Amino acid sequence: MIEVENLTKSFGPNRAVDAISFKISSGEVVGFLGPNGAGKSTTMRMITTYLAKDSGSISVAGYDVAENPYEVRQNIGYLPESAPLYLDMDVLEYLKFSAAIRKVPGALRKARIKEIVLACGLGEVVSRKVGFLSKGYRQRVGLAQSMIHDPEILILDEPTTGLDPNQIVEIRDLIKSIGTEKTVILSTHILPEVQSTCNRVLIIDKGRIVADGKPEQLANTISGGVSYEVAFKGGTEEIEKALTEAPFVKSFEMKSEDAEQARYSILGEGKEEIAEQIFHLAVEKKFILTELRREIASLESVFSSLTIGEAEE
Amino acid sequence: MRNCLIIATKEFKSYFRTPIAYVFMTVFLVVMGWFFFWVGNPPFFQRDHVDMGGFFFYIPYVFLFFVPAISMRMWSEEKKLGTIEILLTMPIREGEVVVGKFLAGFGLLFVSLLFSLPIPLILNFVGEPDFGPIWGGYISCLFLGGAYLAIGLFASGLNDNQIVAFIIGLILCFILFLIGMLPYQGILPGLVSFLEYLSLSYHFESIKRGLLDSRDVVYYLSVIIFFLYLNTRTVTKRR
Repeated sequence: MIEVENLTKSFGPNRAVDAISFKISSGEVVGFLGPNGAGKSTTMRMITTYLAKDSGSISVAGYDVAENPYEVRQNIGYLPESAPLYLDMDVLEYLKFSAAIRKVPGALRKARIKEIVLACGLGEVVSRKVGFLSKGYRQRVGLAQSMIHDPEILILDEPTTGLDPNQIVEIRDLIKSIGTEKTVILSTHILPEVQSTCNRVLIIDKGRIVADGKPEQLANTISGGVSYEVAFKGGTEEIEKALTEAPFVKSFEMKSEDAEQARYSILGEGKEEIAEQIFHLAVEKKFILTELRREIASLESVFSSLTIGEAEE
Repeated sequence: MRNCLIIATKEFKSYFRTPIAYVFMTVFLVVMGWFFFWVGNPPFFQRDHVDMGGFFFYIPYVFLFFVPAISMRMWSEEKKLGTIEILLTMPIREGEVVVGKFLAGFGLLFVSLLFSLPIPLILNFVGEPDFGPIWGGYISCLFLGGAYLAIGLFASGLNDNQIVAFIIGLILCFILFLIGMLPYQGILPGLVSFLEYLSLSYHFESIKRGLLDSRDVVYYLSVIIFFLYLNTRTVTKRR
C-alpha cells in the first residue's frame, strides 16, 4: 500500500527525516511514535504530497508521490495536526465541500454525509460554525472530512490531541473500526494510544526509525529479559548480598525502602521466569517475601530507552 | 473545471459569510459615487454633457486599493490557518484552486460593478448619454480588475500575512499601471512604446474609448494568465 525508501528531507541545516525506509501493507494500523520534532509530521506531509521530498521515493497505492500526486491524493484521507478547518463555514457546509472535492458521487453524497456525521458524533453540531466549536469537535470534523470519500488509506497526524478522555476513547474506537478494513497511519507521542489502537509501531527519533514491530514484541525485545518487582521484609544488606550471589539474577535495583520493607526490581538472567527461584531464595535465606510481581515492560520504557539513549550519545 | 467551480463557489460564499463582501461593496459604491458626483474631472453637476468620464477616470486608482483587498486573504488565510494542508492534499490540482479563487474574486468584482449601474440609469434619465464609451468603460474595468486580481492573488500566495499580501499586491499593480504614464520621453525615447504596451493604464484607456481591440484583450488575458501561472508555481513549490 505504502512504500517509502530512503526518504530524506532537510529544512536548512536540519535533517528532519533521515533516509527512512518502510513498507506498510493493506489493512495495517501503523503508529508513528516519537517525541515532538522527531520527523513524524514531516514524513506524513511527504506521503500526502503536501511537502516535496529531497531524495528517496514514496509510492502510495502504486502511484509515485512525485510523479502522480493527483492519483495519490485520490487514494488518501488526511487529517493534519491540530485539524485546520475553515472557521467561517458551518459543519454541514464544510462536509459538503469536502465530499464534492473528494469526488463522492452526487447521488450518494447526502447519505454518506449522514453516515459520517453519525460515525464521528457530529449530530448535535452540524449546523454550527466550525469557528465556534470546541477543540474536540473540530478534531472530529477534521476526521470526518478525511474519511468522507471512504479512502483506502487514512493518514492522521495526532488525531487525539486536545480531546478529553472520553473523546479519546471514542476516536480510538473509531480508528480501530476503520482499521479493520483500511490502512491507517497515525502519529502520536502518547504511548498508550499506540498500544490500544495499532498493530504495528514505528518509533521515530531524530528523523530515523529506531524500532519497528508489534507493540508487544517491541516491549519484550528491548527489555532483554524478564523482570520482577519484589518486596522483602528485613535487612537490606543481607538481601542485596544474596541477590548479588544468586545465579539467576542478572541485575537488581532498589526502588524504595522504608522501615517495613525494601522494594527491588530484579532482572532475570535469560528469558525464563524466575518467580520460583526468588521464592526459594527467600525461603532459604529466611527473608519474608511481602510482594512478588511480574513487571511488564511497557512501551514507555522501550520508548525512553530508545530515544533517551540516542540523546546521550 | 468542475473543481474550479467548487472552489469558486466556496470562496465566493465565504465573502458573504463574513462582513467582507458587504463592507467592500458599500465602501466601493460610496467612494465611486463621491468621485463621480463631487470630485469628478469635472464633477457630474458641472459637466456640460452626460457621460461617465469622472467615474472611469478614477476607477483604476480606486481598484488599486480595492482589488488587492479582495484577494489578500485568499492564500494567506489558508496558510495561516493551515487549511492549505488539507486543501492541497485533496484530489485537486493546484492550478484548479488558483483559477477557482480567481473566479470567486472576479465574481465579487462583477457584482460590485453591477451595483454601480444606477449611475448610467440616472444618466439615461437626465439626458441622452452615448452608451458606447459607458459599456467600453465597464468592460475595461472588468479587464483591469481581472489583471489586478491575478496580481493580488499571486501576492497573497507569497505570504501568510494578509497585510503584507495587500501591500505587495498594491505595489505590483501600481507599478504595472504607472509604467506607461511616466514622462520618459526625454530619457528613454526608444522604450516608450514598449513600456506603454506593458502598462495596464495604456490598454485601459484604449478599451475605455469604446473600441474593443483584440490586442488589448490579448494583453489583459496574458497578464491574468501569467500571474495565475506564477501563483500556481508558488503554491505548488512548497519548500
